[in-house]
Amino acid sequence: MKQLLLLLFASLLVFSTTCGPDDTNTIRIGLIVPITGDVKTFGESVRNAVLIAVDEANQKGGINGKTIRVITADDKNDPTEAANACSKLINQNKVKFIIGSVASKASIPISEMCEQAKVLMITPTSTNPRVTVRDNGERKEYVFRACFIDPFQGTVAAKFASENLKAKRAAILYDISNDYVKGLAEFFKESFTQMGGQVTIYESYGKDDVDFSALLTKIKADNPDVLFIPDYYTKVGLIAKQTRAIGIKSVLLGGDGWDSPEMTKIAGDAINGGYFTNHYSPQDPRAEVQEWVSKYETKFGQKPDALGTLGYDATLLLLEAMRNAESEKVEDVRDALTKLTNFQTVSGQITFDAFGNPVKNAVILQYMDGEQRYVTTVQP
Amino acid sequence: MAYLLQQIINGLQLGSVYALIALGYTLVYGIIRLINFAHGDVFMIGAYLGFYAILRFNLPFPVALIFAMLGCAVIGIVIEKLAYRPLRNAPRIACLITALGVSLFLENFTSLKFLFGPNYLAYPRPFAVVNYNIGSLTISNIQILVFVIAILLMILLQIFVTKTKTGMAMRAVAYDKSTAQLMGINIDYIITITFGVGSALAGAGGVLFGIAYPQIHPFMGIMPGLKAFVAAVLGGIGIIPGAMLGAGIMGMVEVLTSAYISSTMRDAIAFLVLLIVLLIKPAGLLGKSSIEKV
Repeated sequence: MKQLLLLLFASLLVFSTTCGPDDTNTIRIGLIVPITGDVKTFGESVRNAVLIAVDEANQKGGINGKTIRVITADDKNDPTEAANACSKLINQNKVKFIIGSVASKASIPISEMCEQAKVLMITPTSTNPRVTVRDNGERKEYVFRACFIDPFQGTVAAKFASENLKAKRAAILYDISNDYVKGLAEFFKESFTQMGGQVTIYESYGKDDVDFSALLTKIKADNPDVLFIPDYYTKVGLIAKQTRAIGIKSVLLGGDGWDSPEMTKIAGDAINGGYFTNHYSPQDPRAEVQEWVSKYETKFGQKPDALGTLGYDATLLLLEAMRNAESEKVEDVRDALTKLTNFQTVSGQITFDAFGNPVKNAVILQYMDGEQRYVTTVQP
Repeated sequence: MAYLLQQIINGLQLGSVYALIALGYTLVYGIIRLINFAHGDVFMIGAYLGFYAILRFNLPFPVALIFAMLGCAVIGIVIEKLAYRPLRNAPRIACLITALGVSLFLENFTSLKFLFGPNYLAYPRPFAVVNYNIGSLTISNIQILVFVIAILLMILLQIFVTKTKTGMAMRAVAYDKSTAQLMGINIDYIITITFGVGSALAGAGGVLFGIAYPQIHPFMGIMPGLKAFVAAVLGGIGIIPGAMLGAGIMGMVEVLTSAYISSTMRDAIAFLVLLIVLLIKPAGLLGKSSIEKV
């Protein structure tokens, strides 16, 4: 009995020292990413990258003399899970800084929570405008991002389709329950129409749909030049396979959700020749890119995708702001982040606009024989 | 015209898969008046068993299909023994909630890393996709396969239920449990067989689904399970031809709505059809409204 009690006390002691918010020599950063579920490679890439950036900073003596500790939470790419993870990080772990989440549909709810709790949030990869701006156009003061936004990405894809591919007619398929996919579809449609193109089919599907035969038969009859599917790799792989099986020859086009090492495993040959917009290419010859690629490759045995790269950039931004502010007070760090100008990150030079969005380049990549091939860079 | 025919072929493929799941719902409901919500998850397990049989053990497709069916039959029987049998005389609501619990358990338990894992997997195609062009129509070997296997299994089931002794016992139990017992029918044995047969059909459905729409994950059974349940109700739950008819209608309505109206309206219209049918014929299309036995 005595031993049991002793054990209980000992474990309590351990618990209180590891989880207690009172340790003054560390800065805790919460990380919310999907490590399981339909976009798990996104979350894994971001987590790996954030850990690299944090390890580097800690090896150089930390930030303002303090060690950085990352507390990771899995959101399964689900808005409800993301909100749970966020409230746990804020209330239980008492973090003041959050990196995450990956998908816009998860980032939008947590951005509201961070705003209310006055916790600084920086999302590495959520491209929907509504992550940093409310519906009424009001800026969320505590929310930033490390990537470009969907209006820009949609415009770039539309411009590429009409100028480089000389497409006149486009079909669009999008997931009606996903803010990111819906946003991209809308912006592509708008820009493509403005550039003189014609969107002949604009159809939605649900998150759990697997049978696209009816929609694809419709598209086959219409025979558009390009088929724009701005969804994540799991869904795109499934649609691409059915597209080719039914005999549609249109060029496939998508957004940064296509960027995953698993894409070619899921889609097989069906994705060959498909183009997508992205934040960076590992084939970019710039020194920052090559140094980063080799760093990631030695540690994890594969080239970093754009999501990992943005995860790294987001962490660099946050740490740089803390360094410049010489403080861990949320408001100080936020102001320092706003003041950054032409800060060099892997994916490009970053200056934030009035809405917490960085202004930077996009690249176009193509899937060819199971590999991603760099096609061109597009300026903002 | 060719476009319409093409869409009807798409509808038949979807309807065939729904039918295989709907049959399991209907069989079990017919015997013990239980809506087995875990049925969609047995379907998911069938898809995974086929996946491992094809990819890991390199079994040819027919063997993989039979393996998945047997595996699911065993799982169905175990679920019945562990979860439903202890509640045989409990109120129906208790069984219903248990069924929901079993469903959630199967989804989340199989999501664990050492089982199927939470991730989306690409389903292996045991053979290459071949398209046959008949005029302007395109039919793939997969569509033919799904349709033929589904029809074949349904015929086998019909023969089993109408021509064999066990099948007759099943119908007797469905008609009147206590009288069947008085006639010397072992009720527990019949219920076990029913769960086995229903789950085996769901397993076959899972494998065919995986081949037709090549992507699986532990939560894949929810939507098809729900749709198949609706199909069973639409046709008249407890009636085997009703499940097939209902599934065919569901598949067709979904595909034709996507084709001619809008894909956004698809589920709304599918469920609207259900509502209208139930308003006009509360027991389903083939259901006979019967007076509750006292």
